[in-house]
Amino acid sequence: MALLTKKDAGLILDPLADNNPITIQVLGICSALAITAELEASIVMSIAVIFVLGVGNVVISLMRNIIPSKIRIIVQLIVVATLVIVVDQVLKAFAYELSKTLGAFVGLIITNCIIMGRFEAFALANGPWKSFLDGIGNALGYGVILIIVGFFRELLGSGTLLGIPVFGDPIAKTGLYQFGYENNGFMIIPPAALIVVGIIIWVQRSRNPALVEEN
Amino acid sequence: MSLKSKLHETKMKFQGKKMAPAFNAIHTFLFAPNETTHNGSHVRGADDLKRTMNTVIMALVPVLIFSIFNAGYQHYAGLNGFPENFSLMEHFLTWENAWIGIIKVLPLLAVSYGVGLLVEFIFAVIKGHEVEEGYLVTGILVPLIVPVDTPLWMLAVAVVFGVVIGKEVFGGTGMNILNPALTIRAFLFFAYPTWMSGDKVWVHQARERSEQILAGATDIDAISGETILGYLAQNKGAAMEAKYTVMDMFWGFVPGSVGETSAFLCLLGGLFLIFSKIASWRIMVSAVIGSLVMGLIFNGVVDQGWIGETSKFYGLMSFDYWKHLIVGGLAFGIVYMATDPVTGAQTNRGKWIYGFLIGFISVMIRVFNPAYPEGVFLAILLMNVFAPTIDHYVIRGNVNRRMKRLKNAVVHPKDSDGKAVELQAETV
Repeated sequence: MALLTKKDAGLILDPLADNNPITIQVLGICSALAITAELEASIVMSIAVIFVLGVGNVVISLMRNIIPSKIRIIVQLIVVATLVIVVDQVLKAFAYELSKTLGAFVGLIITNCIIMGRFEAFALANGPWKSFLDGIGNALGYGVILIIVGFFRELLGSGTLLGIPVFGDPIAKTGLYQFGYENNGFMIIPPAALIVVGIIIWVQRSRNPALVEEN
Repeated sequence: MSLKSKLHETKMKFQGKKMAPAFNAIHTFLFAPNETTHNGSHVRGADDLKRTMNTVIMALVPVLIFSIFNAGYQHYAGLNGFPENFSLMEHFLTWENAWIGIIKVLPLLAVSYGVGLLVEFIFAVIKGHEVEEGYLVTGILVPLIVPVDTPLWMLAVAVVFGVVIGKEVFGGTGMNILNPALTIRAFLFFAYPTWMSGDKVWVHQARERSEQILAGATDIDAISGETILGYLAQNKGAAMEAKYTVMDMFWGFVPGSVGETSAFLCLLGGLFLIFSKIASWRIMVSAVIGSLVMGLIFNGVVDQGWIGETSKFYGLMSFDYWKHLIVGGLAFGIVYMATDPVTGAQTNRGKWIYGFLIGFISVMIRVFNPAYPEGVFLAILLMNVFAPTIDHYVIRGNVNRRMKRLKNAVVHPKDSDGKAVELQAETV
């Protein structure tokens, strides 16, 4: 027997492409714009969201029958806030420099629309295992876009990947830089992320016209 | 067989194939097509898109020629100092000046057209429609609004970005929100600021030489290539006035982006565009008014003594209000950029507001921008974004006024001869 049934696999795979939280549902844009100037920050942010959304979805799903619906938003906030504080403390303990780069954006995972959206739309109505898969899937879909954007912005903006120079040294003029190449300062600033995300959306929709919204 | 019929045959051979738009484009670029309308009679104006574009290009050719000579003139003036008794033929229209222009300005033009048209061709083939003439004007504007030493590969990257993100994503020519030429410039400005701002980029070799001198070379002369606004931003107004007269600024014998320096040629081009009814005089006039008003406000602030001579804004704020029009890119921007019929306001009242705010904001950004004492391209891009909003409210205002008039109107019944009937007492 396969590890996952086809339906369960769909829970993980759909958000990666045709139901991507960023490019299709257009949620969680703020952090995608803010922290993707470096690939490392994008990866850490993705891992943090995978943890928060995976665990959070399970917790909410387990409690779904005992949460009074009038205060469910507050309960959801408490769950996600607890998890985010855990992530924040872990980052501060083991990756202090990185937690300074990410700054307020770890704390702002609480307000990430994807997380509350999945709690509301999925975890409150489904069992823990399915909710877990759905949480992981959506967080991965978010992470994939973050990493693609982070990859291009760091590569073109700073000429490095994960802090390692790719094109040579811009100051000593080695590698590509000796031919007059220069880093693209536009990719460092947040509007560039908007444009890169826009291009991803454009490419995705022109490959799959079924995704284009009617208006 | 003539070239035209050969082209026609090739075109017919590829009709319906994938590459058809590319061949059609070459054909229609060189000749008017043979086909005429098949049924029905239509009144057609001769001023189609191609002719509109060509008129703007004609208005820009003098600017281009001037900029070729000015590139060399500024280079040699930076090296040897400005000539004492300036004569146009002896010092400006010389072969050595033209040579610098030919090796620096024409490659920019070639890259701009080559890359831009290539992108247009690729998109036409992908979308399967005719190639649009939209790039013809953008292609000549782009080299005129960048510094003379801009590396060609940077320009190519920027042109790809500007045409794809500035125009094609919105649906191509006529659908764009932002002026593509200014999008290209804005991209260069934010992506490669060291090549687009500062004192050393405006004159050929100024940057190269200052780098070599920094590296320890002693046998070469430095070129100080500050623009007039650059001097003023550093509160060196007196030094600037010793170097450039008002007439220099007006004729354009000053450093700056390739083609923006000559207010005189922009004025000529502007008049040409107004009389050929291509560009809107409303936008030009209101933009001039807007910049004068902002300049007067700043002059007033200085006259009131609210800004001391030590303030970093003093130089630019105390600059005579009308001189803002003849330095920097304001004249060029007003005549050739703000009047773009696609990205500007469409309604007549909207054009007044749109133009006024362009002039107003240009001078404001010019004075307050800490990194770069120029703001015309930013102001025009900003107003491009707001142009549809302005039009929307102008049209709403019109509709509301007419609705009101309609409600208050007294309807006079008419008899069969069209004469108003005396209203009976009970019908009133």
